[in-house]
Amino acid sequence: MAESHEEFKQFNVDLWKFDGHEGALIPLLQSAQDTYGYVPEKAMHYISHVTGIPAAEIYGVVTFYAQFRTRPLGKNIIRVCNGTACHVNGVKMLYDTLQEELGINYEETTDDGLFSLVSVACLGCCSLAPVLTINGEVHGRLNVAKTRKIIREFRTRTKASEQ
Amino acid sequence: MKTILVGLGTCGISAGGEKVYRALQEELKEHPGTFELKETGCIGMCYREPLVEVIDDGESHLYAEVTPERIGRIVEEDVIGGTQIDDWLALAGGQAEGFFDKQVRIVLRNSGIIDPGSIEEYIARDGYQGVTKALKEMTPEEVIKDVLDSGLRGRGGGGFPTGKKWEFTRASAGDKKYIICNADEGDPGAFMDRSVLESDPHSVLEGMMIAGYAIGADEAYIYCRAEYPKAIARLRQAISQAQRRGLLGEDILGTGFNFHIKIKEGAGAFVCGEETALIASIEGRRGMPRFRPPFPAVSGLWGKPTNINNVETFANIPWIIQNGGAAFAAYGTENSKGTKVFAMAGKVQRTGLIEVPMGLTIRSIIFDVCGGIIDNKRFKAVQMGGPSGGCIPAEMCDIGVDYQEVNKTGAIMGSGGLIVMDETTCMVDVAKFFLTFTQAESCGKCTFCRIGTKRRREIPERITDGQGTMDDLDNLEELSDQIRAASLCGLGQTAPNPVITTLKYFRDEYEAHIVDKKCPAHVCTPLLTYTINELCNGCTACARACPTAAITGEKKGMHFLDQELCIKCGKCFTVCRFDAVTKD
Repeated sequence: MAESHEEFKQFNVDLWKFDGHEGALIPLLQSAQDTYGYVPEKAMHYISHVTGIPAAEIYGVVTFYAQFRTRPLGKNIIRVCNGTACHVNGVKMLYDTLQEELGINYEETTDDGLFSLVSVACLGCCSLAPVLTINGEVHGRLNVAKTRKIIREFRTRTKASEQ
Repeated sequence: MKTILVGLGTCGISAGGEKVYRALQEELKEHPGTFELKETGCIGMCYREPLVEVIDDGESHLYAEVTPERIGRIVEEDVIGGTQIDDWLALAGGQAEGFFDKQVRIVLRNSGIIDPGSIEEYIARDGYQGVTKALKEMTPEEVIKDVLDSGLRGRGGGGFPTGKKWEFTRASAGDKKYIICNADEGDPGAFMDRSVLESDPHSVLEGMMIAGYAIGADEAYIYCRAEYPKAIARLRQAISQAQRRGLLGEDILGTGFNFHIKIKEGAGAFVCGEETALIASIEGRRGMPRFRPPFPAVSGLWGKPTNINNVETFANIPWIIQNGGAAFAAYGTENSKGTKVFAMAGKVQRTGLIEVPMGLTIRSIIFDVCGGIIDNKRFKAVQMGGPSGGCIPAEMCDIGVDYQEVNKTGAIMGSGGLIVMDETTCMVDVAKFFLTFTQAESCGKCTFCRIGTKRRREIPERITDGQGTMDDLDNLEELSDQIRAASLCGLGQTAPNPVITTLKYFRDEYEAHIVDKKCPAHVCTPLLTYTINELCNGCTACARACPTAAITGEKKGMHFLDQELCIKCGKCFTVCRFDAVTKD
């Protein structure tokens, strides 16, 4: 299987390290997602090729777990907590504000590729509800103004870093 | 020298703790040698984060809601000058009155006190003494007896006696056995395990080692959800520290006991909290539960006897071994011994993490420990046990936290998430929330759980849309019974609890939605009517905010809302600063 130079990344290193141990599938998929930002179909075929696990079974695992994505996401991933505490403390306001600022629904990416909006079950920061994370950074006790400010700051910051 | 501790658990960080920490680093450069700067985990007062504690010879000043701007004065006046700044103290003006009085901290014994990144600090507070005692002075049977005597029950939600579980796994035939720590804290509204892992990771490792010794296992896994990056980082650090000190690995403390711990990151599936699904996930498969028996104690990971306990359960173990089972059993009630950690969230004043003896009443937890309801609103209910639990109405909250007492209400003790609800929470909406959750998280193996949960979710959706009928309530009950009876694992079996309890205790709210087409808590949008009253002074804010131009009126004149055009988005209500927009 020919591989371009571009693909010699952590995922390939992890594939080489495969020692035949059962249970390696999910860590390999996590490594693929860390490397590519999502799990591309070719990565599933590579894993199948190396581990001998049928590609269909790998696809089954990928689609079972909420963590794995089969499509690339935007540069900044916004995860909105939809846990009980956030629900009770106004996640709807949060979602409406984000939708207004970004013009996208859950599981969508903005046209400029800057933001993706993802709904998650619970981030475990219930005492700070409502909560969202941007690229893993937690923002809590949000209201309309605070949410707008965060998104606008991120937009400016990302655009500035591109120039 | 004085020590300054900064709370840097996830809650501390998201409240701005890292900026405060950096500001302190800068101060330290300016005044070298005046204090020692350390980070710590969660002290439990998440509602006052970021927290900074100045410690001098046993005397401590805890400052709350610290900003980088306040750091200069704290260092100058308190650290260097020796005078505390009264207004900024966390306990000032009785704001935290009673918060610690009724707490008994066993699981949280080190949380917010030690630097979780330092094995030395853990050891200095009697860390790894429990496992040393177990390995050097006790037989595995004696360890199990101590755990049995303690009366400790599984803190993940099941409530099965931990000692019994150990006994079964020890008795299973086979030379290879496994320990698994379930850190897949999936219940929305629960964050006890995250906090323990972030604040005191070594206590969990030590508990696992003791369990390994007791059942005869030399290998262990921690299955931690990927949503907890900080907890995973802490665990990795703690494991490598313990390895370097010879506390993990081969021939631990020269006793011939071998023990290895690996971390498995979950990939986001609520059902993986169920033990057979969790095992399938570690084995690299779809996390679907299987039929039991055989129980994991007989045939678990890779078909070997496996003992699975939750994070909080393990964190109790070192304390129990060190102090004896009887000391633990001295706390609590007849059938629920020891203490329980609760994650407080929702409409309560003091959100955060608390640990109280079993048997304390729910009302006392909410009002004495956690300061009551926000804005003095009416306390309506408390949700216990997440999607498997139920809503306990305020009138019944004089029961103590005790496995049997809580079960009698139709809720369950669960893992410890306590979500407080007030008059602004709609119980039909809460039921809908949990039904949506369990439907999304059903693994799809059992027909009733796969399809039944979807059909069931549609019922409260109809009701909150104003399309419900009274027959819907009977259907909801019937379908819930069927899903309970025909599901293999706990997810399907307990999924009806939130519905059954809300139907039982808040039937009038369902009926208000169906018959009067009203939402008493003013939550369900399609049932609301927005109107503008005479308090309107014509500031035009609502008219400008309205996306459908439903609001008209002259500047400085009373405005009017056209119900035909109104899409009930609530923007007018949010922007009005004169209470002139009402919703009903």
